[in-house]
Amino acid sequence: MIFGYPLLSVVIWLPIIFGVLVLATGNDRNAPLARIIALVGAVLSFLVTLPLYTDFDRMTSAMQFVEMKNWITQFNIHYHLGVDGISMLLILLNAFFTVIVVIAGWKVIEKRVAQYMACFLVMSGLINGVFAALDAVLFYVFWEAMLIPMFLIIGVWGGPNRVYAALKFFLYTLLGSLLMLVALLYLYFQSGSFEILDYHQLPLGMTAQILIFIAFFMAFAVKVPMFPVHTWLPDAHVEAPTGGSVVLAAIMLKVGAYGFLRFSMPIAPDASHELAWLMVTLSLIAVVYIGLVALTQSDMKKLVAYSSISHMGFVTLGMFIFNAYGMEGALLQMISHGFVSGALFLCIGVMYDRVHSRQIVDYGGVANTMPVFAAFFMLFAMANSGLPGTSGFVGEFMVILGAVKVNFWYGFAAATTLVFGAAYTLWMYKRVVFGAIANDHVRHLHDIGAREKLVMAVLAITVLVMGLYPLPLSEIMHASVNDLLVHMARSKI
Amino acid sequence: MSYISTLFPAYAEIFLLCMIGVIMIADLLLPSQTRTVTYLLTQVTLLGCSLITVATHVNGVEYLFTNMFVDDLMSDVLKLLTYLAVSMMLVYSRSYLIVRGLFTGEFLSLTLTSTLGMMVMISASNLVTLYIGLEVLALSMYALVALQRDSSVATESAMKYFILGAMASGFLLYGMSMIYGGTGSLDVRTISSVIQAGQGNDMLLVFGLAFLVAGLAFKLGAVPFHMWVPDVYHGAPTAMTLFIGSAPKLAAFAFVMRILVESLQPLMIHWAGMLAVLAVLSMGVGNITAIAQTNIKRMFAYSTIAHMGFLLLGVLSGSLDGYSSAMFYAVIYVLMTLGGFGMIMLLSREGFEADNLNDFKGLNQRSPWLAFMMLLLMFSMAGVPPTVGFYAKFAVLNAALQAGHLPLVIAAVIFSLIGAFYYLRIVKLMYFYAPESHEKVYMQPDSTLLISINGLAVLMLGIMPNTLMAICAASVQQSLLLP
Repeated sequence: MIFGYPLLSVVIWLPIIFGVLVLATGNDRNAPLARIIALVGAVLSFLVTLPLYTDFDRMTSAMQFVEMKNWITQFNIHYHLGVDGISMLLILLNAFFTVIVVIAGWKVIEKRVAQYMACFLVMSGLINGVFAALDAVLFYVFWEAMLIPMFLIIGVWGGPNRVYAALKFFLYTLLGSLLMLVALLYLYFQSGSFEILDYHQLPLGMTAQILIFIAFFMAFAVKVPMFPVHTWLPDAHVEAPTGGSVVLAAIMLKVGAYGFLRFSMPIAPDASHELAWLMVTLSLIAVVYIGLVALTQSDMKKLVAYSSISHMGFVTLGMFIFNAYGMEGALLQMISHGFVSGALFLCIGVMYDRVHSRQIVDYGGVANTMPVFAAFFMLFAMANSGLPGTSGFVGEFMVILGAVKVNFWYGFAAATTLVFGAAYTLWMYKRVVFGAIANDHVRHLHDIGAREKLVMAVLAITVLVMGLYPLPLSEIMHASVNDLLVHMARSKI
Repeated sequence: MSYISTLFPAYAEIFLLCMIGVIMIADLLLPSQTRTVTYLLTQVTLLGCSLITVATHVNGVEYLFTNMFVDDLMSDVLKLLTYLAVSMMLVYSRSYLIVRGLFTGEFLSLTLTSTLGMMVMISASNLVTLYIGLEVLALSMYALVALQRDSSVATESAMKYFILGAMASGFLLYGMSMIYGGTGSLDVRTISSVIQAGQGNDMLLVFGLAFLVAGLAFKLGAVPFHMWVPDVYHGAPTAMTLFIGSAPKLAAFAFVMRILVESLQPLMIHWAGMLAVLAVLSMGVGNITAIAQTNIKRMFAYSTIAHMGFLLLGVLSGSLDGYSSAMFYAVIYVLMTLGGFGMIMLLSREGFEADNLNDFKGLNQRSPWLAFMMLLLMFSMAGVPPTVGFYAKFAVLNAALQAGHLPLVIAAVIFSLIGAFYYLRIVKLMYFYAPESHEKVYMQPDSTLLISINGLAVLMLGIMPNTLMAICAASVQQSLLLP
């Protein structure tokens, strides 16, 4: 509670209410009105998250802004919300990207505008709910519910193969979620409560822990996505409209990683240690192998999608080496990847809106006709390849540092990404942007307008600031990360 | 105290029976253009029944007619929901039936007699009463399905329904006679206490039980006794399909509770195993076969089979939690089915049945509101939060897990994933494709209002499921714990 009102509830429900309002504007005759309401809703929803940052107590790892009400008494389920240093940043990231997405879809989306904007606003509220929920059932409800708008976004406004991609996305995620549900029911059976924080203290035998870990793994690994359950992501990304890709990359993937931090690791610490070899191996396969896969892509969106998987491999690697460098690096990498991959998808969207192709071969010499755009694109490409001074560097560097402390070869394998990442990103950049003008489409390109410049500039500044001065972020997560590591070091058996 | 006043627990049934007579006679006297009068009279009758049920509600359990008839919280709640479901069915099907010339006096009076049958089933505390209730319901239903005399498909499905239904009744009667032979009583409570005291003949009882479970499975449409379900659902006029698929499932739930739980609880070790087989097969066959259907009524038929599997999973958990979760599931299932079939009727026109999957193509462009309602209903059937279907599945899975049926829970989870696919397919057709015809959907004001309430109820109950869950838990608790 702050200023006498329940802040987290507002953060969750305000965008949803605005989503319903937008929906109420009806058909495309009222599209301008729908856009304006959506923008107001998104900006307001972002502004109400700011007190989370300013009033956050950096000294404690306890949950803050807690709200607790009875919800389903029969099963002892509560409407219990709260954030710590890990989830708070993700809520900010989500609220921020909702604004970006609304602006990015301003002109591009012409059919069923109200439904499009409403989907994003509702989804934004639901994702905030995922990050803020401290009751397992509440978490699960938000977790599943956010699939519905994303399913519609991909299926209604997506590319030619959107129906296949939407179904694949939904069913893949549902499989994992249902297994998680069974695990949650089992934990309820053991503890008589659906409180996530109670689960953290619940003693569990090794077999139970391993089974629970696997059930959660199915749910979260699909979302991250980890090798080998990553195959839905390139499909979903390629077919989704730009806004959908941005939210998928910037936010949805983080939900999976967040799940590992909030559920798998603290609930089953012994199993996490026991299975760390598996997690590290899968992460390294993602980093190295998926990085190589990205190198061979001819579709820009697919390339960035694979690069996302590779970068998320860093996040899971950082988590499962169990030291402060790795964990904080993983968190910073999550935030940074949100900005960088979101920005890259926006860049591709900018080109796609003009040329209607995502193929690298259809471009060449874009720098000649779109110099401002090319400059922004360059910055984000550099950040994606982990150039020092950009946000991409900090997280990767910390994770590699942490990995080397555990095992030199972990660090070595992870470090290859600095080569591969640079290779696939910059090679794509070179083919698309540099060189002589390749065809008439490129010749007739016009540079980005004020609306696009604004979006790009905001993202560019964030990426640079995070790269040069990451302290404000790491200082927030410090207490929570330390607490998690201490908790993880104690056996629960 | 006069005799009449001692009958108060059965006032609703008596009132309904009188009104059926009134409506039949009124329908004979009134010209057919004024059928609205009898329609409204029917609705008023249902309203009257609910008022009486509420007014005659007492805390505790009342027995009547030498323990043949029971009035407890569970029976009152189920009856109220039955009235509601029947009344919603009438609203949904009115214009559909008028267009097809089926909106006759017989339709209304048969609807009410089957309601009476359900009420008797819900309140029965003796095997004979149960059977009478069941037959009143079933005979009215056979006639309702056959109401469309000039349609060979409908007649055929009525015939199938009748023959298989009669066979199931035979099973039930045979089983009941075995139970009578084994315990010497037809009274639900006496049977239970005789078996508990170890005075029953175990072999006879288990033999009878097998027949009872088979008969019940027939009536519920659980695999492998499900063959009639798709054919009847498909062949019957959609209004009748809606009726068969909705309110009687509440009565069937009461039937399962009274027979298996109240009287044969001591034999749980036997029937739980039988139900487990039925439940897994139903969920499996129902969900997998539904994928292959192109007719939406057939698809719903298989989805019903799968839902019944879930319901049985709740029952076989054998705990208060399990029974109340099964009751909650039955209620939610009825709510969703009403909406689903209601939507088919809403989209149907004269000479055109919107029962093909392709008829739902592009509904979002023709009528975004209806598409949204259908989306809610479909996600609810698939069990995706924040719709109420999730909590129904959640409660059942929870009860089954508490009872230690982990393999069954995992199977249920996998089959619901498969089930999600065909519900999603409808959403996909509505939202992702262009419509085949751009004809405007004619929205009847009454059924449009009702479907909106229905769809939003699915969402609102999903956000606040607490009250309904508590009611179900209290009903089950009261009817089982009191002597």
